[in-house]
Amino acid sequence: MSTIPSIGQSVSRLEGKLKVTGTAKYAGDYQVPGLLYGYVINSIITKGKIIRFDTSKATALPGVIAVFNHTNRPSLAWFSMQYTDMDAPPGSPFRPLRDEEILYNGQPIGLVVAETFELARYAATLVEVEYETEAFETDLRNNASEARSPKMGMATMLKPLPPRPKGNFEKAFEQSFAQSSGEYYHGTEHHNPLELFATTTIYEGKGKLTIYDKTQGTINSQLYVANIFGLKYKNVRVIAPYVGGAFGSGLRPQYQLFLSVMAALELKRSVLVTLDRSQMFTFGHRPPTIQSTRFGADENGKVTALNHAAIAETSRFEDYTEVVVNWSHMLYPAENTLMQYKLVELDVFTPLDMRAPGGSTGLHAIESTMDDLSYKLKIDPLELRLINYSDTDVSLNRPYSSKELRQCYLHGAEKFGWKNRNPEPRSMRNGNKLVGYGMATGIWEANSLPARAEAIITRDGKLHVNSAVTDIGTGTLTVMSQIAADELGLRVEDVTFSYGDSQKPFAPIQGGSFTVSTVGSAIKAAGSALRKKLFKIAVSMEGALLKGLEIEDVRFENGCIVLKTDPFTFISFTDIIEANGGTPVKVIKFSVPNLLKLKKYSRATHAAAFVEVEVDEELGIINVTRALTAVAAGRIINPKTARSQILGGMVWSISKALREETINDSLLGKYMNQNLSEYHIPVHADIHDLDVIFVEEKDDIVNELGTKGVGEIGLVGMPPAIANAVYHATGKRINQFPIHFDYLL
Amino acid sequence: MNNFNYLRASDVQDAISQSAREADVKYLAGGTNLIDLMKYNLTRADILVDINRISDHREITELPDGGLRLGAFVKNAATAWNHLVEEHYPLLSKAILAGASAQIRNMATNGGNLLQRTRCYYFYDANVPCNKREPGSGCSAITGYQRIMAILGTTEHCIAVFPSDMCVALAALDAVVQVEGPQGMRSIHFADFHRLPGDTPHIDNNLKPGEIITGIDLPAKGFSKNYSYLKLRDRNSYAFALVSVATGLELDGETITDARIALGGVAHKPWRVAAAEDFLKGKTASGENFRQAAEIIVQGAVGYEHNAFKIELAKRAIVRNCMMALHPESQLPGAQPSA
Ligand SMILES: Cc1cc2nc3c(=O)[nH]c(=O)nc-3n(C[C@H](O)[C@H](O)[C@H](O)COP(=O)(O)OP(=O)(O)OC[C@H]3O[C@@H](n4cnc5c(N)ncnc54)[C@H](O)[C@@H]3O)c2cc1C
Ligand code: SF4
Repeated sequence: MSTIPSIGQSVSRLEGKLKVTGTAKYAGDYQVPGLLYGYVINSIITKGKIIRFDTSKATALPGVIAVFNHTNRPSLAWFSMQYTDMDAPPGSPFRPLRDEEILYNGQPIGLVVAETFELARYAATLVEVEYETEAFETDLRNNASEARSPKMGMATMLKPLPPRPKGNFEKAFEQSFAQSSGEYYHGTEHHNPLELFATTTIYEGKGKLTIYDKTQGTINSQLYVANIFGLKYKNVRVIAPYVGGAFGSGLRPQYQLFLSVMAALELKRSVLVTLDRSQMFTFGHRPPTIQSTRFGADENGKVTALNHAAIAETSRFEDYTEVVVNWSHMLYPAENTLMQYKLVELDVFTPLDMRAPGGSTGLHAIESTMDDLSYKLKIDPLELRLINYSDTDVSLNRPYSSKELRQCYLHGAEKFGWKNRNPEPRSMRNGNKLVGYGMATGIWEANSLPARAEAIITRDGKLHVNSAVTDIGTGTLTVMSQIAADELGLRVEDVTFSYGDSQKPFAPIQGGSFTVSTVGSAIKAAGSALRKKLFKIAVSMEGALLKGLEIEDVRFENGCIVLKTDPFTFISFTDIIEANGGTPVKVIKFSVPNLLKLKKYSRATHAAAFVEVEVDEELGIINVTRALTAVAAGRIINPKTARSQILGGMVWSISKALREETINDSLLGKYMNQNLSEYHIPVHADIHDLDVIFVEEKDDIVNELGTKGVGEIGLVGMPPAIANAVYHATGKRINQFPIHFDYLL
Repeated sequence: MNNFNYLRASDVQDAISQSAREADVKYLAGGTNLIDLMKYNLTRADILVDINRISDHREITELPDGGLRLGAFVKNAATAWNHLVEEHYPLLSKAILAGASAQIRNMATNGGNLLQRTRCYYFYDANVPCNKREPGSGCSAITGYQRIMAILGTTEHCIAVFPSDMCVALAALDAVVQVEGPQGMRSIHFADFHRLPGDTPHIDNNLKPGEIITGIDLPAKGFSKNYSYLKLRDRNSYAFALVSVATGLELDGETITDARIALGGVAHKPWRVAAAEDFLKGKTASGENFRQAAEIIVQGAVGYEHNAFKIELAKRAIVRNCMMALHPESQLPGAQPSA
């Protein structure tokens, strides 16, 4: 009896029980004896200088250990390069407590360390700070005329800047049969995962630190700390066993990490620094973006001219970029294109990747413009997508490694009941509600990066796999265990995956939907090497059961090496280890994507989103009553966790299109709704019928596993599908997110 | 949050006498608003007098005139689910259940609900000017983002709204607030309880220092046949009203014999206009008549850049809610629009 492959099975999260029973420990949950608590003081001005920083009242309180600020912090790495991290955009990274300069509202300017959190927080209110203020600018729209080209750097390699223009856009647009153009605006959005940002630095003595950090990259945090504080890499261990949602917020080390480590080193004590909810609004965010589109098509609906331009916010110290305008040409094969992307420096913190960065912004403009074009052409919106369907990536003139988007369109439309749509806007009703159907396309890149993994068979015949990678709640632990189990022919229960620890083999930051492909490939490679090693020992074992055989002659199943031709001839892993003198058999493999091969292809996940909305005709209230996303993302390792990823993206789509916004008061230069009461993310009552389908997609090129990642794709197509459904229901095209219901009055 | 002393009052008199001390004394009920305000350093107290252990005023009792007395220390949830309230004052029940979340309603008290403070963003940020928080410092909302601000009864000193849902129903029902203080007991008609901002926006209501709310009396007339509460907001639950409407109608066939309409989310207090209600008396219950009443109610409304939509929205909400009151069985959870 062979082991049933685990890949493709809906294995429930292995850590699920720990999480729902509150036993899973997060970065702020490590209570060690003598732990001190830090509370951050943030600037209340937007730009200027600190001219007085009086800590006397705070330090006079019994139990307050220290108050750090720019005047008494330890001297630190001098070069801004040393503050860089794996996700740092071009520029000079923010250096906490560097000097008296205030660069943005909410900037951390001090840290109170005390015996309890409450005391630290209270003492922080006693610190008196005086400022000299300077004029500032925080409004993108008011400063759009200052837009300039972004600087190039490491980050722009993973996030390419716009492709060169093709043909003659202006002429083609002017001559096109049908035209659509639009202006789109997205405001700022802030990261609000349920788990707040926290770092516990355990002071081990002798220059050693163990750091529990909320991060999407243990090694990223490790390098950051070691470089800034001049510590040996091996003396800095960063652990992130559980992460309560991150969505990009943990791709860069945040300031609580710096402050916690600084205080621990200075005080030679263990220090926990937790940010509170309002402090979640004092670092990276999704940048506000202004977009404009002009698409032209011929009378058959073929898109002939594409222009997509975006202006996005960045800080004064780094050039954060996203891929906003590259997508339309990856989807639609126009001959004439013009893509532009510019930045405006403002007095804000550097923006930060937030789930589907750029894609969820750009596709809104692209897919709403396509929708508008479909009405102008009197062609069904889905039909228009099919007319312009391309099997190759015309923007780069190369084939896709795989692209089953057509199946997404067709299966999605079928299951959703798209054919019941009356093309006329405002034509469908349910009582006093207008009903609208909208659809849109989603696309996201399918990348993979190099990673290392270790695989060990121990004396009990069980498999241990190690990687530094985090599990940000996506199901990484479960999925990696499945991949490893199949590679060795074991059950998932017989695999222990250790992760979230910088001492384990190298993994890059967990983002961009590339973790399964990246770390999964490394694990597959390690597993395969381990098989060979086990086989080699088995062949040479006494009794000569497998003598003279090749690895092709055997199978790995149920913890044994089994002869293919005779299932009763087998050697168990435990016997192999026994023969190995009881020493576990171990391999470490470094897997590097085959760039030469990959370069010949574009690699992307695709989706088609279908949405039904009901809009109260007189009152404007909008409900997404039904939505379906059909996804082509290569091989799906675990349908259950993959479906959760898409569902999460769909909930966020509702949030993005209808709910979520940071209120930015540009007179005061600050964000006004820094709490979950006023920063509206959806509640249960906002979420109705959501459905996900995965279409078959075989991809032998992306990586050995054939996986493409599902972290972001659920949030790319559905927001424009909602906007398009609102148009279909009401005849009003609202190009600003979130769509406030009163825009429909 | 500053350091404070914590005391438990054994009875109302005990609490009142504590408040006479030479110190900043605050009563602590459910704490769902007060503790937040203290944590953000928007309110300070030297002494917190916990009134949750007082054994009186924890019940809902029938009054001799056929009305109902809601004890001030009864929780919002217990009030909404009380069978007498559900049966005779379903409007109140629906309004309470449209507010906050189940967890907050389980903690919040009837007295505390009347005294919750505005949700103006600028009021909640101790570092920006706000006349309500710091008299004379200015109003950041007028020059800022006014989506959630008032359109009626505003002044250049303050444009904040009073955020309660429960109080919109209480206003429509002509409730009377029972109060006990250093000078003894008194009753305050609901319409006189909350204040408009005028040039003293820091004073939300007419409660005097040291006074405790002990109960809320509901007159016998409960409009249990034709009522509706409608709440329009930026998400379907757990958000404050941009506009809400409480309607109670008394009908004789198609003819309106009595009408109550109160608006929430538009002013510094629940908004009622007697002229509109008088207009409806004797008229047919029709969309057209409700529309005219709505025009009267929002007369004089002033919108700002980001909340001007509320004027038209309020009118439409009034009409819809009056229509919904004709079919109270169609009420949806969370006071969402129906009918
Ligand atoms: C996130 C959030 C969302 C909310 N959403 C809504 C909503 O949608 N709709 C809505 O209506 N409300 C909403 N609320 C507000 C909630 O209803 C109030 O916080 C609650 O009713 C206050 O009651 P409490 O007993 O907790 O008062 P406390 O917080 O204990 O007290 C509030 C004030 O009243 C004083 N006080 C309390 N009781 C008495 C008394 N008997 N006599 C004299 N003074 C007294 C206190 O000293 C204090 O100043 C929300 C609250 C939160 C936190
Ligand atoms: S509206 Fe009132 S509460 Fe808001 S800032 Fe102005 S004065 Fe303060």
